[in-house]
Amino acid sequence: MADFIMPSLGADMKEGLLVAWRVKPGDQVKHGDIIAEIETQKGLFEIEVFSTGVVGPLLVNPGPDKVPVGTVMTTISAGDELPSPARTSSEKRINISPAARRLADENHISIYDLKGSGPDGVIGLADVERVLTLAPPVAAPEVVKQTTDFKTGMRDAIAAAMSLSNREIPHYYLASDIDMSCALDWLEERNRQRSIRERLLPVVLPLKAVALALKKVPQLNAHWVDGKIQLKKDVHIGFAISLRGGGLLTPALHNVDQLSLDQLMAALSDLITRTRAGKLRGSEMTDAGITVTSLGDLGVRTVFGVIYPPQVGLVGLGRIAEQPWVEQGAVSARPVLTATLAADHRASDGHLGAQFLDAFTRILQEPAKL
Amino acid sequence: MKAMDIRKIIETGLASIAPEADFDELSPTENIREELDIDSFDFLNFLIGLNEKLGIDIPEADYEKLVSMNDLVNYLDERTG
Amino acid sequence: MAEQTRTITYRDAVKEGLREALQKDERVFLMGEDVGRYGGCFAVSGGLLDEFGPDRIRDTPLSESTFTGAGIGAALGGMRPIVEIMTVNFSLLALDQIMNNAATYLHMSGGLFNVPLVIRMATGGGKQLAAQHSHSLEGWYAHIPGIKVLSPATLEDARGMLWTALADPDPVLIFEPAVLYPMAGELAADAGAVEIDQAKILREGRDLTLISYGSCLHKCLEAAMSLAEEGIATEVIDLRTLRPLDETCFLNSVAKTHRALIVDEGWRSGSLAAEISARIMEQAFYQLDAPVERICSAEVPMPYARHMEEAALPQVMTIVETVRRMVHG
Repeated sequence: MADFIMPSLGADMKEGLLVAWRVKPGDQVKHGDIIAEIETQKGLFEIEVFSTGVVGPLLVNPGPDKVPVGTVMTTISAGDELPSPARTSSEKRINISPAARRLADENHISIYDLKGSGPDGVIGLADVERVLTLAPPVAAPEVVKQTTDFKTGMRDAIAAAMSLSNREIPHYYLASDIDMSCALDWLEERNRQRSIRERLLPVVLPLKAVALALKKVPQLNAHWVDGKIQLKKDVHIGFAISLRGGGLLTPALHNVDQLSLDQLMAALSDLITRTRAGKLRGSEMTDAGITVTSLGDLGVRTVFGVIYPPQVGLVGLGRIAEQPWVEQGAVSARPVLTATLAADHRASDGHLGAQFLDAFTRILQEPAKL
Repeated sequence: MKAMDIRKIIETGLASIAPEADFDELSPTENIREELDIDSFDFLNFLIGLNEKLGIDIPEADYEKLVSMNDLVNYLDERTG
Repeated sequence: MAEQTRTITYRDAVKEGLREALQKDERVFLMGEDVGRYGGCFAVSGGLLDEFGPDRIRDTPLSESTFTGAGIGAALGGMRPIVEIMTVNFSLLALDQIMNNAATYLHMSGGLFNVPLVIRMATGGGKQLAAQHSHSLEGWYAHIPGIKVLSPATLEDARGMLWTALADPDPVLIFEPAVLYPMAGELAADAGAVEIDQAKILREGRDLTLISYGSCLHKCLEAAMSLAEEGIATEVIDLRTLRPLDETCFLNSVAKTHRALIVDEGWRSGSLAAEISARIMEQAFYQLDAPVERICSAEVPMPYARHMEEAALPQVMTIVETVRRMVHG
């Protein structure tokens, strides 16, 4: 029997709102099935289950109260095991008086953040009032509060994650100028033969190159958890996607090392479309081992990135622009990409980072092998 | 096909990417991608849309010619005949 | 302008009410055990026989069922009888008349026959009268549709509820806490009839609502005074009418204080206190910051020995301690 818990969809996530169950007790589910929809500060996500079996009793009802990360929401019993009928979530239940609960709801205070001062730690009105007098008054959202204001929620989430990153991660930065003439010539030739629908965007080349470089330097495909590095087996790469109207999500492209460039282009296209449509899956928010951010479209030359915890590295791609390039004593104009690596000095040293950028550069010189 | 119709198709395609765009405010010589904050992925989708509507294949080498509204209208006008 | 008042006992306030009724309406008469020559077993009707004569102040045999039934008949016949039953324990002998006749006639006659009867009786403990004279069964009567149940706790209500009850076209039962008869206090010189539809807030407070009636009301007021010295402001509600309950009053109060303690001399199980608690839970659940609590009499036949009777009844100290715990945890 496996517990299905409120997942953490990022270092900044403490709780989520269960919007809907996609299953009912007794349903057969398998690894990867979507069983719930969860709303976080960043938006709505489809949540997959990672065990196979039969769905047990649903222990959490959809909204309006937020559910802390780690709360058991249902169980998945393997094989012939029957779902346990009598499991209760009493140990997770918050003792709070009805009046306090209502006051907290009206003021959008999470009851899970409250400390009870009543008998047996029960949360009373006074405990909510104390928080209210400390907190600046929050304007009630218009209409209903069914959906969060993602714009401010997203800002808050980014603020939390990036503060954590800058506070805790000792970043080091490396940059390399990369001659992209081979890669772009190859890409141009390839795209020329294809209809517009089949053409590749230049960014898929460095994306694939990151994946292959990670095979050589696997220490950068990792999470830093509880003071230890956890290497990732699969090469899932987070890709920074900006949202129109503000905000940013870094969902993962899965198994990039195993995708052909066409498959990668299709996966990227699908990911960007779903990100902007608010149709991401929970796992896509958590399983990246590194993130790539590309700001070249806007003419940026060099990106100095902030690592998305608990990852240990971030690759920044600037624009590809013609620059004077000196080779064998001669100067010529070449398309040059400035690629950077921001890495966690707890998990790796500059030498390793340099090895990664070196591998990345050399891979891009042989585009046909991508 | 008239230039006005082409312009309409362009605007429709751009509006699906940048719904907040005000085309009356957009100068015909301004850089569309910069003004409307359209990244390369959006731009590719926009061109795919034009390709489907007008049946014109735009080679990658021509992408850099398509900067302003005027560029787009002229380029497409020449090729729709 | 200072209101003219005089000092009066609860007993004499009731007698004033009786006298006023007998004077104002000649259809009114009083009957019951020892109400005439003896002056009432709690000395409420002393002197009224001389004043109004034996036709209107009638001694009855020791048969509650008989004279209550006679009262119902008289009421149906156009009189305005006041039946006095010595204590609530003895009223059980008349329960058949009260419940099967007085309370049902209007309904069973299709609205043709009102029974404008008033029944007064003493209720409650605290006078060492032991288990056959000391219970508080008004909560039982408050269960019965078709009658009104009043319990005057203050001099104003002792003086003024009777006339309003007589004016009611249907049976009204008035429960006078025996322990209150000697209670003396100030009453307005022109005190008269009072309404009988609403509960009353006797003391305002923000921290907790004490809901009570009858003799326990005074224990609540005393507890409230003592709690005020510790900075706990209790609101004290006198229910006054036990059926129909003025729930608006206590629901509004709970919406203000978010805590409620009901003090009821009846036994806890199936008590009026249980009914009030249920209504608060049903209608003011989201106003509650703590569980509703009750202080009731110990579930034993009322003991005779003074210290045991005191232990069985709700007491001021218990109220104070319970409120303190409910407010401060």
